[in-house]
Amino acid sequence: MTGEVIAFYALAAVILISGLVVVSSPNIVHSAVALVPAFLGITGVYILLGAEFVAGIQVLIYAGAITVLVLFVIMLTEGGTGLRLPQRNEQGPIGASVAVALAVLLIAGVTHTTWGRGAGTLPAYTPGAIGRSFLGANLLAFEGTSIVLLVSLIGAVIIARKEE
Amino acid sequence: MGLAEAAAFPWYVELGRAIAGTVLIFSGVAVVAAMFGVLLERKISAWMQSRLGPKHVGPQGLLQTIADTIKLLQKENIVPRNADATIFASAVLVVPLAALLDYVVIPFGTTRWGPLIFRDLNIGVLYFAATSSLVVVGILMAGWGSNNKYALVGGLRSASQMVSYEIPMGLALITVALLAGSLSTVKIVDAQAHWWYAVEQPLAFLIFLIAAVAEVNRVPFDLVEAESELVAGYFSEYTGMRFALFQLGEYGEMFAMAAMAVTLFLGGWRGPVLPPVLWFVIKLYALIFVFMWVRWTYPRFRIDQLLGFAWKVLIPVGLVNLVVTAFVVMVGQR
Amino acid sequence: MVTLASYLVLSAVVFALGLYAVVTRRNGVAILMGIELMLNAANINLVAFNKYAAPGAVQGQIFALIVITLAACEAAVGLALVLAAYRSLETIHVDEINLMRW
Repeated sequence: MTGEVIAFYALAAVILISGLVVVSSPNIVHSAVALVPAFLGITGVYILLGAEFVAGIQVLIYAGAITVLVLFVIMLTEGGTGLRLPQRNEQGPIGASVAVALAVLLIAGVTHTTWGRGAGTLPAYTPGAIGRSFLGANLLAFEGTSIVLLVSLIGAVIIARKEE
Repeated sequence: MGLAEAAAFPWYVELGRAIAGTVLIFSGVAVVAAMFGVLLERKISAWMQSRLGPKHVGPQGLLQTIADTIKLLQKENIVPRNADATIFASAVLVVPLAALLDYVVIPFGTTRWGPLIFRDLNIGVLYFAATSSLVVVGILMAGWGSNNKYALVGGLRSASQMVSYEIPMGLALITVALLAGSLSTVKIVDAQAHWWYAVEQPLAFLIFLIAAVAEVNRVPFDLVEAESELVAGYFSEYTGMRFALFQLGEYGEMFAMAAMAVTLFLGGWRGPVLPPVLWFVIKLYALIFVFMWVRWTYPRFRIDQLLGFAWKVLIPVGLVNLVVTAFVVMVGQR
Repeated sequence: MVTLASYLVLSAVVFALGLYAVVTRRNGVAILMGIELMLNAANINLVAFNKYAAPGAVQGQIFALIVITLAACEAAVGLALVLAAYRSLETIHVDEINLMRW
């Protein structure tokens, strides 16, 4: 029972329990707040996988910005008065069975394949390797993502503006 | 693996070290930042306003905050009716936790066994920015869970202020990391052997200080908890020990921001004659004095002036500074 | 022993949870939260493959960073749409937004 195994199962428990609260709580604010432990658990999984830069960015963007955005929109729309309306539509059983079927299919496929191990080791200081890669081999993806960010920033501001 | 750094101890020893470190950080911050910091604020404000401040409890009023804490501990814990009790209670945990997590990457000094730091993460500066952004979720939860329209408006305003000022803070952090060539705080202090970065990057230093003052909701950016306007903002409905924990979070975050500014811009623990930890403490309290001096000198900004200042002034200046610094570093390496 | 398969099983379960939220919830913001969970599950897959199958380069982490950025863009635009819909239609429950049905 090495530390890695214990850490993995503890993090998986945190992610799955908060994920269940997110998808099935009748109170929408509880769902949004339960996103934070789910994202922090996924951050722990990234650290176990040796991706510390991605872990830092995950906390900064997901737990720190996207959750805040979701909470803002809930508080500015009918999150207060709509708490007592039913939050689930009539497709409950069908949705649950489709999700379970997909999960079973994926898990069966994954556990019955022999995965090969790649050669080499991860670099010790991943921010440096990621930076060199973004400005070297993946420059087009980097510039394209910046343009998408700019367009969505302008678009979100225009869509959410009040009519004057 | 990246962060493990070839851990030489088994996992239960590392877990024990982490728990001991947590207890140490909490008691250290609770005593130094919350208790001593509140007293320091009252004494300094009294000195600037030509009055005396607390004098009666203990010698020169030093035990005043302990008396205040005992008073707060024996107050009744009121939960407002129709408030969401789960969110009301868990907001109290999130804000101080995010403030205390900041202290893990600050190097307090150096000994002959290595730097005096809880964990020298190789993404130290990014970790600091990430934990500062976790406070915002706690503030929104506190504003919502109080079932009070003043608290909700205060929470939303405070959240938008903190989110807006994270960007100039991040730009200042990136500029320093660019100069030092690393995101690790220990390497940034080592890279300041000749010149402090406050001398090489005065603009980034100024931007970081302004953004730090806005992140902790202090004057001149404290519209969200202005006593004359919003009662106490997002924590109006909290009483007793919960109020004390929010204050712990606020003062702890202020000390953490000052400690980070000392590490990044004022050379950390570097200094000629005295032991390193003493130099760190001297620089830290000099910056705390500057924060308190600014608080009792300036009037407060309106919310639209505050947000306009962040988006229209600080971000363009920070971006231009970053581009110019990057250009100079690149030319200097040719 | 934690193998690649354990991480893939975890991400499959998170993906299924996100899918359940998208299919069964009425609130527009809850659907967006389900989409975020699905994107995170895909990211876990990418980073796990980077460590176990191709550790020589950081290609998987690069892909995961780009997915995080695009998820942030999509959340911003989606939530702006929910706000705009609330302003004109007074509801954010997606089964009540049926203006374009015959």
